[in-house]
Amino acid sequence: MNNELLIYLGVSAILFALGLLCVMTRKNAISVLMGVELILNAGALNFVTFSHYTAGNLLGQGAAVFVIILAAAEAAVALAIFLNVYRTLSTSEVDKANQLRG
Amino acid sequence: MIELLSQAAFWLFIIVTVGSAVVVVFHKRVIYSAFALLFTFFGVAGLYVFLAADFLAASQVLIYVGGILTLIIFGVFVTAKIYTMTIPQQTHQRFLALIPVLVIAGVLMYVLFTADWKVIDHPNQPTTARLGKLLLTTYLVPFEVASVLLLAALIGAMRLARPREEDHEQ
Repeated sequence: MNNELLIYLGVSAILFALGLLCVMTRKNAISVLMGVELILNAGALNFVTFSHYTAGNLLGQGAAVFVIILAAAEAAVALAIFLNVYRTLSTSEVDKANQLRG
Repeated sequence: MIELLSQAAFWLFIIVTVGSAVVVVFHKRVIYSAFALLFTFFGVAGLYVFLAADFLAASQVLIYVGGILTLIIFGVFVTAKIYTMTIPQQTHQRFLALIPVLVIAGVLMYVLFTADWKVIDHPNQPTTARLGKLLLTTYLVPFEVASVLLLAALIGAMRLARPREEDHEQ
């Protein structure tokens, strides 16, 4: 029983670390967004795991529902921003969009 | 037999989730990363089933695979020259970035293996009905706020993504 909890948490930790690596190393803005989605999925998986194994109620699953809602809103807005960046700068690489750098 | 099959499915979902997440992070072409993300989402949905979160598994497939991933692939098509089919994506600071990532992963693993988790025993039952009650009683206000937020975000995204007026006139 305890081992299964560790497996879920381990998968979640690996997903989180991979998402973080994706956000930090990718240049393409859409790949960065994919990294953020990985991190959000890791967080939701953690909520559901604790809800099932340690809490005994469904509050964790409720929190995961909100994580999914926020991920959908975030993906829509972020892609609209990337489209505008691409239209203005003709690139989707995040380090080229540095006009505001002081 | 059933027990064995369910164990096999469990490990298959874990391998699919982690393996395709690795592809997402390290593949050279962004379109391959996007399709690998599909399998990561499916794998996480499978893990939700094993955690007795059937509603979440269904909405994971519907929203992530049906909505977010379609948006991401659309974004790849619009912002990259798909016709060349290569779309190399550069990475930067790969080795520098490994340091904080390994530190954070190490801390997470340390906590995971040293903490004294209080695991309780309870049955694997479908939770959709109870989750629905929860969302319409305890979580009613956050639920409504989230609906309004989603509406506002989608309208704002459409407004942002529309071609500007001066582009229309030309």
